[in-house]
Amino acid sequence: MTTVLIDYDSGNLHSAEKAFQRMAAEGGHGPIIVTADPDLVSKADRIVLPGDGAFPACRRGLQTIDGLEAAIVGAVEQRGVPFLGICVGMQMLASWGREYEDVAGFGWVRGEVARITPADRALKVPHMGWNDLIIDRPHPVLAGIETGDHAYFVHSYAMRVADPADLLAHVDYGGAVTAIIGRDTVVGTQFHPEKSQSAGLRLIANFLDWRP
Amino acid sequence: MLKTRIIPCLDVADGRVVKGVNFVDLVDAGDPVEQARAYDAAGADELCFLDIHATHENRGTMYELATRTAEQCFMPLTIGGGVRTVEDVRNLLLAGADKVSFNSAAVADPDVVARAADKFGSQCIVVAIDAKTVAPGIWEIFTHGGRKPTGIDAVEFARLVVAKGAGEILLTSMDRDGTKAGFNIPLTRAVADAVPVPVIASGGVGTLDHLVEGVTEGHASAVLAASIFHFGTYSIAEAKAHMAAAGIPMRLT
Repeated sequence: MTTVLIDYDSGNLHSAEKAFQRMAAEGGHGPIIVTADPDLVSKADRIVLPGDGAFPACRRGLQTIDGLEAAIVGAVEQRGVPFLGICVGMQMLASWGREYEDVAGFGWVRGEVARITPADRALKVPHMGWNDLIIDRPHPVLAGIETGDHAYFVHSYAMRVADPADLLAHVDYGGAVTAIIGRDTVVGTQFHPEKSQSAGLRLIANFLDWRP
Repeated sequence: MLKTRIIPCLDVADGRVVKGVNFVDLVDAGDPVEQARAYDAAGADELCFLDIHATHENRGTMYELATRTAEQCFMPLTIGGGVRTVEDVRNLLLAGADKVSFNSAAVADPDVVARAADKFGSQCIVVAIDAKTVAPGIWEIFTHGGRKPTGIDAVEFARLVVAKGAGEILLTSMDRDGTKAGFNIPLTRAVADAVPVPVIASGGVGTLDHLVEGVTEGHASAVLAASIFHFGTYSIAEAKAHMAAAGIPMRLT
């Protein structure tokens, strides 16, 4: 089994690569390939899309690499390849991003990405640090992860899902903030599993094990 | 609920820990990566490496350190010290840092913060502010290890760099640094209340109550400390338990 970690100049992939490599080695899941090559993406058995920074910049970053987006879309929509989006990589699953300008996402999970507006004005934006997950729905990638487990977040925008059935977990930050989404063969985490110590590594291992 | 972070800071020179923790079971106590692993296991919420002798020539050692740390510690890592350009930020991020901290370069040219934030996102751009009390309720930024006054008001500068795109402020009181007399609470509070982004309080921690005060009275989102952890005065777990007992939400591991 081959897992590709999409490299489109969106920030630090080093820790994600190391975390996936470690869990792939432990589970016997084959190589982790960091690439932007559409041919490799087309043949992959698992796709991981990270993303740091602004939604429009990430979206354009993907689109400027010839054939990359088509390869991702083809893999997910035609072959049903399991896909994990991380942070802005998760936000791009949405129908729309509303950061600076309106930009369409993949639309695999209906909803939109908008700025966090905590009800408590004393709460800072970005939402930065460790927050405890509240699990809304069981899912294979959440095996062994429970309400109360902590994950590491850094973001100012969050996804609002149109269909509550797509919300797997949220956190409380002056209101509910989407933490994990999932639909069909696609999942996404707003937090950084590669920075979330044991719960994060567990989620990565579950994703590599997942047979949707 | 979001938890208040405890961030141990390691001073590093030429790839070695200058002021480090006395964990007895470390094979090489001078190796920052060994120290990072120990703090990871101890439940630290983030780590900070400060390159105190950063020069162009020895940059490579810090990149190598970031890489080795990111291979072994799956927790957030901030690196600061001698960061001057967008290219410096890129190199540190690619090496494995999650956040990069500007200090005097941001004072000399606040627009470097904007250029870095535009390129990599505010979430990974920290600005470290070193301030001294110059009159009651007035704090001035000092650079070059607290020796060089700048005439710049610390609170105004914090507002400026956040407007430029800084995602976090690491605020050090030069009056308190190394004194163990506690954070400069009025300074911390003035900056934390002035900006919408998280503020990390630094400088002066001597007791666990000081950590509590930084959050409850200083309104900091995170507390950074060096010597109380390095010299084994308190463990991360003791600090977290103490802060939790004071009613502060903590990630207890």
